[in-house]
Amino acid sequence: MTGGAGRRKPGRDEPALGAADEEEATGAFRRSRGKVSARFSASQAVILRNLVTQVAELMGDAAADPGAADAGAAGTSPAGGGEAGRATSQSPAGRGEPDLSPEDFAAMIGAAGPTSPPEDPVLARLLPDAYRDDPEAAGEFRRYTEQGLRSGKVAAAQTVLATLPAEGGQVRLGPEDAQAWLRALNDVRLAIGTVLGVTEDYEDELEAASWADPRSAYLEVYHWLGYVQDSLVRSLR
Amino acid sequence: MSVAPAEVEREETGLDAVPDTPWVTIVWNDPINLMSYVTYVFQKVFGYAKPKAEKLMLDVHHRGKAVVSNGTREAMERDAQVLHGYGLWATVSHDK
Repeated sequence: MTGGAGRRKPGRDEPALGAADEEEATGAFRRSRGKVSARFSASQAVILRNLVTQVAELMGDAAADPGAADAGAAGTSPAGGGEAGRATSQSPAGRGEPDLSPEDFAAMIGAAGPTSPPEDPVLARLLPDAYRDDPEAAGEFRRYTEQGLRSGKVAAAQTVLATLPAEGGQVRLGPEDAQAWLRALNDVRLAIGTVLGVTEDYEDELEAASWADPRSAYLEVYHWLGYVQDSLVRSLR
Repeated sequence: MSVAPAEVEREETGLDAVPDTPWVTIVWNDPINLMSYVTYVFQKVFGYAKPKAEKLMLDVHHRGKAVVSNGTREAMERDAQVLHGYGLWATVSHDK
């Protein structure tokens, strides 16, 4: 596990996620009048909506939100599994520039490829085996529970898409939507963290990384998502 | 596949409240989940008080895993299912 967003506050000096274009738009949640609320900049909203859409597409057969899918999700749907190798050339380490765009994230999440759970590390992490040393029992469990688990993750993603304006702005959540946000944020972090192969000490790597290193941009996003999720957890208790 | 003892009711008030129950849910450490989130999930899912949830979280973090609930096989599979919904790495196992 990780403490998350402990030493280093994200967003301040970060071009793509920075708070500069809208004051107080950090994505940090706080409690207010029985609900929790946060403000997101337009770029934060685009990135989060796109990541959530990618996870939803990985989890379900249909796109979670056709409106959000136009931001670079094309071609990464599960139906494209036959070309899973296509995106590997766009892995973070292989890219020459640190610019962040929705297409980058689409490529990143899609890079693992929608194959069967045991082979795909992102799917295997989002839909884990429930029995460690008993493949038969794990298969039975999966047979009865995987569809429900997938649709729960899609529903959580859809809640985020329904409550986070595409142009950014204020998000106010009641208890039920807040739970969906928690789970959806976690799913996105699990997906990115798995693709990046993060360790518990990723903050050390982040601090040491140069801006010329494209991996640092992805780590920044991962770090910011942890910051948002941690603020949501704290605002709920 | 073995058959779980159907007559054993689940007991949520403590991990050692049903010492003869042979099934447990285990949560495994991973580098991604936030410590604050894992504690919150244990409180939310099991109704554990914060000190107990926090101790379990730290057990997972430092020892690599922790038994978070025990009961019938069916109950443990339900727990694992719920924990998977929250993104925790949970498995069911026979506690010998």
